[in-house]
Amino acid sequence: MSQAVAHGHDDHSHLPAGWKRWLFTTNHKDIGTLYLSFALIMFFIGGAMAMIIRLELLEPGVQYVDPTFFNSMTTMHALVMIFGVVMPGTVGFANWLIPMMIGSPDMALPRMNNWSFWILPFAFTLLLGSLFLPGGGPAGGWTMYPPLMLQTGFALPFVIFAVHFLGASSIMGSINIIATIFNMRAPGMTFMRLPLFVWTWLITSFLLIATIPVLAGAVTMLLTDKYFGTSFFNAAGGGDPVLFQHVFWFFGHPEVYILILPSFGIVSQILPTFSRKPLFGYESMVYATASIAFLSFFVWAHHMFTVGMPLAGELFFMYATMSIAVPTGVKVFNWVATMWRGSMTFETPMLWAISFVVLFTIGGFSGLMLGITPADFQYHDTYFVVAHFHYVLVTGAVFGMIGGVYYWLPKWTGHMYDETLGKIHFWVSVISVNLLFFPQHFLGLAGMPRRIPDYAVQFTEWNQISSIGGFVFGASQLIFLYLIIRCIRGGAKATDQVWEGAHGLEWTLPSPPPYHSFTTPPQVTDAVAHS
Amino acid sequence: MSAPHGGYYLPDPSHWPILGSIGLFSIFLGSATWLNGASAGGLIIGFGIAVFLFMLFGWFGTVIRESVTGTYNHQVDVSFRWGMFWFIVSEVMFFGGFFGALFYSRILSVQWLGGAGDGFATHQFLWPDFVPDWPMTVMPDPSKWTVYREVIPAIGVPLLNTIILVSSSFTVTFGHWALKKGNRRAQSWWLFVTLALGFTFVGIQATEYVHAYHELGLTLHSGIYGTTFFMLTGFHGLHVTIGATMLTVIWLRSLSGHFTPENHFGFEAVAWYWHFVDVVWLFLFTFVYWL
Ligand code: HEM
Ligand SMILES: [Cu+2]
Repeated sequence: MSQAVAHGHDDHSHLPAGWKRWLFTTNHKDIGTLYLSFALIMFFIGGAMAMIIRLELLEPGVQYVDPTFFNSMTTMHALVMIFGVVMPGTVGFANWLIPMMIGSPDMALPRMNNWSFWILPFAFTLLLGSLFLPGGGPAGGWTMYPPLMLQTGFALPFVIFAVHFLGASSIMGSINIIATIFNMRAPGMTFMRLPLFVWTWLITSFLLIATIPVLAGAVTMLLTDKYFGTSFFNAAGGGDPVLFQHVFWFFGHPEVYILILPSFGIVSQILPTFSRKPLFGYESMVYATASIAFLSFFVWAHHMFTVGMPLAGELFFMYATMSIAVPTGVKVFNWVATMWRGSMTFETPMLWAISFVVLFTIGGFSGLMLGITPADFQYHDTYFVVAHFHYVLVTGAVFGMIGGVYYWLPKWTGHMYDETLGKIHFWVSVISVNLLFFPQHFLGLAGMPRRIPDYAVQFTEWNQISSIGGFVFGASQLIFLYLIIRCIRGGAKATDQVWEGAHGLEWTLPSPPPYHSFTTPPQVTDAVAHS
Repeated sequence: MSAPHGGYYLPDPSHWPILGSIGLFSIFLGSATWLNGASAGGLIIGFGIAVFLFMLFGWFGTVIRESVTGTYNHQVDVSFRWGMFWFIVSEVMFFGGFFGALFYSRILSVQWLGGAGDGFATHQFLWPDFVPDWPMTVMPDPSKWTVYREVIPAIGVPLLNTIILVSSSFTVTFGHWALKKGNRRAQSWWLFVTLALGFTFVGIQATEYVHAYHELGLTLHSGIYGTTFFMLTGFHGLHVTIGATMLTVIWLRSLSGHFTPENHFGFEAVAWYWHFVDVVWLFLFTFVYWL
């Protein structure tokens, strides 16, 4: 059965209550909440794995865990954080915010929206369950390179099917987002008036649709090579293990932008609010995001510089990689220029956003260093790479998301969070995260390889500092959890606009907003748009 | 209701998606168990398929009921269209990955294995007899990978299949034209012809596979040639089967008069899918069989 909602209809006595509400919901806010809660739970599961890794690396030698288990922790940590935290978390933001930002009642395809979420718990049951199989979980790295990955035992098909399953969820999610943005905008909400967060998600969706199927193909090839006698990656049959790396990174590099673009969007919403100025260079932000996404399809082999490619390939991928720094630089410039001479205040969301700009840029710079082919021969597969991607992913993607939670939590729950606690969370996190990841640059430059439980004694001190930073960073996230739960349960009443400098349609709705955001479309003018 | 922004359509809570997840989960769990050698896998797969089919009937049934009772407005129709369009784009990328593997192997890695470029000695110690031709006549390691006697030439059954599939793309378009003129009889007949051509294609492809396995010795184990050949044509065949099944559904719906000249998104979605399957085949015919 279904209903057509006419103007102003907002009576939900017929909605199922309790667990059925969450299981069967077709509402963008409910589904957004599910996505965000799922991401938060996974953040702690993936975090626990990281704690195990850092514990083992506290001292040289192998003390706490068996090396295969260590490797399955690095593998699982990455898969959980990428597919379980950042991707679902950013989709949660998209669900909550896009309909409110473009002035629609809900997503374009609400039933499919439910399905894309409810795949996740099942897919992660397959993935995490594989840890308990005889022989343990997958330990070949999240990049799943053959022939190593093909030596995985019982866990292999579980991982592969989990990736297929998660891929289906991502494809449906992104189809829904594109259909919503194309088709559900309120009158007057032209493309060039879309809040930047909506733009970044639109572009992210294209990346997902273009690359997730390729990942599905890559893992399918692994599956048939292992169980059905094909020889994609076996030179004895005329195949080539390097082929996997090409197919995987054709997905993998755009994937890193899938992870970061939504956070770019979030930060581009936060900075103008607390600088009390419109976003600097809105149009150039849109074009820069689109160029980054476009270029990301032509740089994949920078992950494979040391694999033995023809010289022309090495050069092409080096220059292509470097060229991404241009639109990325445009974005960083615009963020800084947005703050320039603004009447800035430093509420918690703003602190996360500013630290995002600084720390993400550090990650971008180390990326440039890695993108120089001859230099990468030295850095590849060392802790330098680990430092790079944690700066862009933790202090980039994750910090953006945490900032976004602080920014919109009052809107979502109707309560202000505890500002003091938020600031404590921020300062402890930002100090510990640098303690955790900055020394890894030194370790990498000095030659410490990644994905190994043991190391040479001269690396001990920096590893200990890194581990201590890690434990503190991990523990400080418990403050975040506590703060969120408290904010959901109560707190000072939030106003509609919440932040003095906030602009955009979502701030015109009550806090918390009605179940169906806009049942009568608002008329959008230039004054409402461009927060 | 019909104004693009006047009244919005919002479905009630639905239990179909979660059933879909349970179905797919069981299929994956069963397959993984089966691949690991436990016979219980088959049972779990069977259960999963049953749940999944039940979900498909229920979900599509609901959508069809809503559609024919006029619950949907123009906006919903457009959302469905974007949904189907981007789904097909994702399918294109899936095939793109496998075509990429084909081109990479054929143009680059097999040549390198034979000593092209600066890897002149690549195969000399392990497999001195290897010859890098395509289709490969010698396997790098003949003890593990069977050599075929022959491959399937393009001019012959694949050409026939090309003619069948291309004509079916025309017949489905004729059906669409008939539908737009409101001629239900002609529309249903053209649909029937299309799905018959589709299933004929699948049947012919199946006999070709039997022929390849039993008479030509061309199998999945025939090195990278057999690998790319069967994986590409196999996934395509699977898509043709799905497409022809969808055509059957559309045909039955057409017989019961579900489509009007103004409102027939279901028909068009299947037609788009069918053209997509057809275009993939043209690439297959060109790069797998012909060149
Ligand atoms: C200025 C932009 C960037 C450049 C030039 C760049 C360059 C690189 C290069 C060359 C590598 C390979 C290093 C090696 O394995 O030897 C790499 C690895 C990596 N990058 Fe970046 N990167 C950039 C931005 C990003 C962003 C924005 C993200 C994610 C949000 C990211 C995530 C990663 C990850 C996860 C890896 C490691 C993958 C692995 O091997 O497991 N990068 N980057
Ligand atoms: Cu990359």
